Amino acid sequence: MRVHHLTTAFAKGVALCGLMGLLPLAAPAQAQESKDPIIIALHDWTGQHITAHITGELLKAKGYKVDYVTIDYLTGLTAMENGDVTFMPELWATTAGDAMKASDATGKTENLGPLGPAAKEEWWYPSYMKEKCPGLPDWKALLKCGEAFSAPETAPKGRYLGMEATWGGHDPERIEALGLPFVAVDAGTEAAMFAELKSAYERKAPIMLWVYSPHWVPSVFQGEWVQFPEYEAACYTDPKWGINPDKAYDCGKPHGEIFKYTSAETKKKWPGAYDVMKKLKVDGPELNLMVKEVDVDGKPLDEVVAAYVVKHKGAY
Amino acid sequence: MSEVALPRDDTHPRRFPVGWIVAGVVALAVLVPYAAPDSFGWAKTYPARWIVPISDWLKAFLFWLSRDLSFGLFTFKDMTRFVSGLFGYALEVPKALFSSGVTFGDEEGAFHIPRLSWAGLIAAVTIWSYLLGGVRLAVLGLLGFFYILVFGQWDSAMVTLSQVILAVLTGVAGGIGLGILAYRVPRLEGTVVAALDFMQTVPTFAYLVPLVFLVGVGPVSGMLATILYAMPPMVRVTMMALKRVPPELDELARMTGCEPKQALWKVLVPSARDDLLVGVNQVIMLTLNMIIIAAMIGAGGLGFDVLNALRQANGLGKGLEAGLAVVALAIVLDRMSRALVELRPVHGAAAARRRQLFWIGLAALLACTLLSFVFPVLEKLPAEYRISTGNMWSDVVSWVNVNLFSTADAIRTFLLMNLLVPVKTFLIGFPWIGLLAVVAGGAWALGGWGFALGMTALIAFIPVAGLWERGMTTIYLCSISVVIATLVGLPLGFLGSRSERMHKFLGAMCDTLQTLPSFVYLLPVVMLFRIGDVSALVAIVLYAMVPAIRFTDHGLRRVPPSLQEAGTMAGCTGTQRLAKVELPYALPEIMLGVNQVIMMALSMLVVSSFVGTNDLGKQIQVAISQADPGKGLSAGLAIAFLGILADRMIGRWVATRRERMGL
Repeated sequence: MRVHHLTTAFAKGVALCGLMGLLPLAAPAQAQESKDPIIIALHDWTGQHITAHITGELLKAKGYKVDYVTIDYLTGLTAMENGDVTFMPELWATTAGDAMKASDATGKTENLGPLGPAAKEEWWYPSYMKEKCPGLPDWKALLKCGEAFSAPETAPKGRYLGMEATWGGHDPERIEALGLPFVAVDAGTEAAMFAELKSAYERKAPIMLWVYSPHWVPSVFQGEWVQFPEYEAACYTDPKWGINPDKAYDCGKPHGEIFKYTSAETKKKWPGAYDVMKKLKVDGPELNLMVKEVDVDGKPLDEVVAAYVVKHKGAY
Repeated sequence: MSEVALPRDDTHPRRFPVGWIVAGVVALAVLVPYAAPDSFGWAKTYPARWIVPISDWLKAFLFWLSRDLSFGLFTFKDMTRFVSGLFGYALEVPKALFSSGVTFGDEEGAFHIPRLSWAGLIAAVTIWSYLLGGVRLAVLGLLGFFYILVFGQWDSAMVTLSQVILAVLTGVAGGIGLGILAYRVPRLEGTVVAALDFMQTVPTFAYLVPLVFLVGVGPVSGMLATILYAMPPMVRVTMMALKRVPPELDELARMTGCEPKQALWKVLVPSARDDLLVGVNQVIMLTLNMIIIAAMIGAGGLGFDVLNALRQANGLGKGLEAGLAVVALAIVLDRMSRALVELRPVHGAAAARRRQLFWIGLAALLACTLLSFVFPVLEKLPAEYRISTGNMWSDVVSWVNVNLFSTADAIRTFLLMNLLVPVKTFLIGFPWIGLLAVVAGGAWALGGWGFALGMTALIAFIPVAGLWERGMTTIYLCSISVVIATLVGLPLGFLGSRSERMHKFLGAMCDTLQTLPSFVYLLPVVMLFRIGDVSALVAIVLYAMVPAIRFTDHGLRRVPPSLQEAGTMAGCTGTQRLAKVELPYALPEIMLGVNQVIMMALSMLVVSSFVGTNDLGKQIQVAISQADPGKGLSAGLAIAFLGILADRMIGRWVATRRERMGL
């Protein structure tokens, strides 16, 4: 607990003195900035924890108070509209596109532009599956590989693990549009999904699942993304687009930027902090490496973040 | 269905055999849609145009509540924010005491009052445990907190503990208050009981989304969810305890000239002390059950650590360590509060010694904390003294995975193909009219027309709200889990009732299963049984079999020795005595256990959706990620209705059975 009143009272006193012209030069440059803590959202993936803490540390170094709050990914935007969250470092164009549009419409949040790393998500398989299904990573190879990826309850069709219900992705539609001999199974949570990947990988057993990046999975397990026909906006909306003239979704998943969001009030309330958030850029491969250090090598997140901040502090 | 066939009312013979007619109607409702799918298609699959958009209404209502409702001077949202603000301030106190200390100013080197020292807290817990329950409890307290310390869980555990303390205090105070209110104003009692049933059966997850809407995210909303979940038993216990106070005592209080207020606080509440403490114990356990779920809306602490660790590449060990810290905290607090229930008042020298021990504990706590001004080590144990199992657990699980997977997979495939898939297909394809008829018929046999009507209305919610497929998946998953959990739990409970050692072992096992966040053992289960219904089944069975074990054990132990002797005298062999005397006598108790198994299975639904089931829990999970409170609430209501349905039906059955045995 920090005792706010004393410092607030002190700051007010200083500001008052400044107004009275007694101490025109001593009034701190940030006197008009709010003393309220800046609330940064934490979601449930490590890369986001890192970027959130990097922002937090940069802001703390500038003298801001920072609080973190754990909140579900998309619920976060709702909370931001209500003023409960100030900053979210990662909203992926791939998964939160609709939510961002809806939030932009409320005018209560502001898109601060891309964070830097490119978001990629697609069907993914371990390298050893290439032997069992020659022709990968081209998606057409999958047309003949249902059996190779099957489980007893889906045989002769292949089993694809995704997180349709919570993350979207239109996989059942994709399977139908491309005529893939697969069944989409909802994994429920990421933890469960990657537990199954680990289990299969240890036994060199068949598996096809949804993997996104930046994440630790591509750096720990050897494998590749399936190459579907390149995504275009029309593919999802216009059935005529692509190889299946009757159905939409006959293409891969969108990949694109990761956006930073802040509450619309930030610009006025904490102008200095707003600048830092606006400027914030993280390099994709560097972020991947940090994710690996935390998740795979077991380094404490604080250490990894501190090292990054020391290295890049000059830029802000 | 033999009971259906029995005419129930012997004193007023009817002209028609009503039982047969009801059975016939039920059979027709089930069979006709199968026999004539063309003309009775509407009776098999619930027509989409009859679906009532309940979740849309709920959503609109909540939006209106959080955005538009105004009481003139302030809005509803202002009010909820005010309440959460109050809790926020209240939380600062235990937080400062246990986890953060107090810092004046923001600069480096600012004056800092340290939090309670770990050394002091461990010493105090040990001494106080000794005071409450002797050497055994002292050792338990010491080990529990020492584990938390050396495994590096102290910081998180203290964040959790400070929330637990406030939640327990609020839950107990609110529970006693509501209980007294219901006791004093009998008109309110019915309403309160109905509200309690509801609060206990609606899965906590269902009100997370509305809470986020109304209160925001963070420790406070996590705590409010916890209080909502943990308070009902306290209300029940208070109502029951006050009713059990002999009326003579109340009269005595009046005769000695007490005002109603004095009679309540000086006579009634103190004489109900023991029962009330049992309620406190329940509140503590339920609060600790909520740690993980509260962490999902920002409570932090140990729950966050568990969730976070499990997503990492080799996080299983870390997750288990944090999970076991929850177990340690739960077991120590549970045993201490139970010992407090059993503590008898003493006088003279013994009482003086108790007071002395209490003050020694407090002195140790304060002394260590004061010392930590000088030795910061006493405030925070340096990282190099901490230990960890590291990758050991991940390695163990990997070994099991590589070596035993084929066996597990064979079991999985067998279960899926021969049990799960057929039952699921059958239930989802079951005519909805038939389901309603079966429930109505069963309820009629147990409790007559009015009861049947109420129960049918509950089950009708599922098709009417458009939740048929997920609802039936829920019924399928829960019923199979309940059967398996009962089949496993009953023999274990029986063994426990026969041997003290087994009884103790089972007690420890049950405690761990109920307090260890289920997510921790879920991941190894997923590695062996893959994502899907089998993993969910294993997780639900593990969690839900606990009451089956406990109630069977307890029920069999309560069979009066005179009855057992009577059985032996009548020439029963051991098996016969069990089958003809003990089991029938303990059956009502065992059925209450089964009732609890159903409740536990329903409460695990959301967790099971984390490993890829498509039941009502899934609906709630989706609702959370889409921030759609209506969807979450309607699924929550459906789960609650299923729970109430099972509870009432079994309750009726037990009551009739007990009556027949003359209990």
